[in-house]
Amino acid sequence: MAVEEVDPVSGRVTTGHEWNGIKELDTPVPRGVLIFLIVTHIFAVIWWFVMPTWPLGTTYTKGLLDTNQHKIVEERLVQANAARASWVDAIETASFDEIRADPKLMGIVRSTGHQLFGDNCAACHGRDGKGGHGYPDLTDDDWIWGGDPEMIAETMRIGINSPHPESRASQMPAFGRDQMLDRRQVVDVAAYVHSLSNPSESTSATIGSIEAGKEVFLANCAACHGEDAKGNRDLGAPNLADGYWIYGGDLQAIITTIHSGRQGHMPTWDERLSPAEIKILALYVHSLGVENP
Amino acid sequence: MIAQLTSSERQYSAVILILLLMAGIAMAALGKADALGVQGVIVLLYSGVLLAFVLSSIDKPEPSEDRQANYYDDPIKVGIVLSMVWAVFGMFMGVWVAAQLAWPNLAFDAAWSTFGRMRPAHTTGVIFGFGGNALIATSFHVVQRTSRTRLAGQLSPWFVLMGYNLFCLLAVSGYFIGITQSKEYAEAEWYADLWLVIVWVTYLVLYIRTLARRKEPHIYVANWYFMAFIVVVAMLHIVNNLAVPVSWGHAKSYTIWPGVQDAMVQWWYGHNAVAFFLTAGFLGMMYYYLPKRAGRPIFSYRLSILSFWGITFFYMWAGSHHLHYTALPHWVQNLGMTFSVMLLVPSWASAGNALLTLNGAWHKVRDDATLRFMMVAAVFYGLSTFEGSFLAIRPVNSLSHYTDWTVGHVHAGALGWVALITFGSLYTLVPALWKRERMYSAALVEVHFWLALAGTLIYVFAMWNSGIIQGLMWRTYTEDNALAYSFVDSLLAMYPYYIARAFGGLLFLLGTIVGCYNIWMTVRMAPVTAQDHADLPDRRAAPGIAPSPAE
Repeated sequence: MAVEEVDPVSGRVTTGHEWNGIKELDTPVPRGVLIFLIVTHIFAVIWWFVMPTWPLGTTYTKGLLDTNQHKIVEERLVQANAARASWVDAIETASFDEIRADPKLMGIVRSTGHQLFGDNCAACHGRDGKGGHGYPDLTDDDWIWGGDPEMIAETMRIGINSPHPESRASQMPAFGRDQMLDRRQVVDVAAYVHSLSNPSESTSATIGSIEAGKEVFLANCAACHGEDAKGNRDLGAPNLADGYWIYGGDLQAIITTIHSGRQGHMPTWDERLSPAEIKILALYVHSLGVENP
Repeated sequence: MIAQLTSSERQYSAVILILLLMAGIAMAALGKADALGVQGVIVLLYSGVLLAFVLSSIDKPEPSEDRQANYYDDPIKVGIVLSMVWAVFGMFMGVWVAAQLAWPNLAFDAAWSTFGRMRPAHTTGVIFGFGGNALIATSFHVVQRTSRTRLAGQLSPWFVLMGYNLFCLLAVSGYFIGITQSKEYAEAEWYADLWLVIVWVTYLVLYIRTLARRKEPHIYVANWYFMAFIVVVAMLHIVNNLAVPVSWGHAKSYTIWPGVQDAMVQWWYGHNAVAFFLTAGFLGMMYYYLPKRAGRPIFSYRLSILSFWGITFFYMWAGSHHLHYTALPHWVQNLGMTFSVMLLVPSWASAGNALLTLNGAWHKVRDDATLRFMMVAAVFYGLSTFEGSFLAIRPVNSLSHYTDWTVGHVHAGALGWVALITFGSLYTLVPALWKRERMYSAALVEVHFWLALAGTLIYVFAMWNSGIIQGLMWRTYTEDNALAYSFVDSLLAMYPYYIARAFGGLLFLLGTIVGCYNIWMTVRMAPVTAQDHADLPDRRAAPGIAPSPAE
């Protein structure tokens, strides 16, 4: 069957086979292909000699360079830490005030803090630190647990309602749902709290409710939030008179908070971040407020 | 279609469908409220519709005696239609998930439309739905023509085709209701995997039996590749999907492979799915339709041998390059890397063989968009195999891994190579199969070509840019040796490229829709009236009919 033909275009003979009109030329493998094939194999064989490659039962060939990826990572981590040591040590040992007085260290705080904040804090507090519903704004001057760098660092270290043994604990009880207050009382106290930051809401139509709410407030809320409703940083009780809100400051949102309670959560960063990193972030977060009054 | 089957074959198919229907009822009953119950209902509906179709034609007259003297083309026609339907679905899902990455609100806050469920629907839709149906259809065509024999079964081609589509349907519908094995490109759960084993082994037996009946002394190269595709995919599928279901009533299963071994098995599967599904199968396509369309002999038989054995041997080892810098032992990574480098020349030999086959036919490449589809596919094949070997080198991989560069690389292969060679092949095959003089509109083939090429280039360039920028941002240090960027910074930098990528995908989808229209109008055209004696298995034996020339 096999009849070799000469292809007029290339001048090559065919293999003599044909499949539904398809034929094949008997062209030898081009020299360049063979050379390139040999080059890739030489590369592979060299790699086999110098690097760990072939399995040998329960072990493997270690290679002439006697290296492996664990060793390489460990070496590089040592190098990276050494390269950073000068300023990491300075930040760890210096006080917050000393760091703030040092423009060079503050430059590092700003550039490193941006990356650390983006990778660790931005998911909840936003890239700009302005927070959102349920997540406090870190750029304003309203702080629940204290806003100087020392207190911010402590909040980061132990967290709020976190598993850390020293965790800050704070809970807004569900006054309505747990029937500590009846429906009328909830609405009244909400009207009172709302009027603290919105004095214009106090009109002749609402004054009765607000007055009744004040009584409820003093009896139930003042223990934590204070008689003047300006909050208590020792307990993490927010200032209710300043117009800054985590869960919304309109009347309905306040009613929801009083009815159902709140229990926010801030993770502990104690083991996740190094002491120097927590310090950098505390200063970085503090600077967000200072730079955006 | 049913008319081609004898009455006993029709009865057999009814029995098989009734058994499948009962399996569906059993799944629905055992699964109850579990997702498995929903999947059972899908099996029930699928087999019920097919059964109604068979029963409605069961009394039709017997097929003519001489059906064995013809090629068996009905399953191929249905396979082409299914392939194009899946293409539109899969590519639409691709455009949607691409748009979600730029505008996350496009998930509409529902569970079924989250990225994690839509993305496997896209990959399964295009790889298995579009690619798989195209491979089954073209392999049935090629094996008959190059063996000059009819498929070795009347019922089994239908069983393979419709059974395979049931697998795809179970897989994709499962993702939307939350079923997944969490194995990339093998997300379908145990019952669908078991079903695919039955279907695939039938495919293998059918293919081997057809080859055994061949009237040509030698087996053509395209069939080597199709055989490699069928054999190795069976092997990969079984080993990677070894799992123990929670119970017979649950869709959920647990893999038998522990920890890093599971990762290695998964990427041995994943990489060879690329190698033997998306490469070997489509090389089979290329080896038949490209020389056929160009009317040229294959450039070098010897080069075919070199690249076939090179690809089948080296690919098997390369999977570990997907796990560079992970818990996988360093020596396994190095082994995979070196084999990936050695794989380069055999891969390029195929691309070179295809392009050099076009010597003497370049004027056709200029004028004929169908042939140009296949030429550009070969170029993209060469490009993405080079990129693959390059990215497998560990230091390169440390920049590219986990970035969009990988996504760009995959799509250079999937759009540029797999989809373009398929469209070129289908535009060659459709008029031949339906005995039409030509495609309905050469101009629309041209439109499809430019949409597909523009879409691919926009997609790939967007992802190269985005991936390399990501990789560099993640390793940029300030002068104080601290990281310069947070992850979110790199994400923001991706935004324009994600829009460009979605746009490129949209162009590609539009091209596919144009192709569907063109194929549909071709099928509706009047057939060529003169009997084409050349397209019969035993044309040489028929007296007075000269063998058709090469072209």
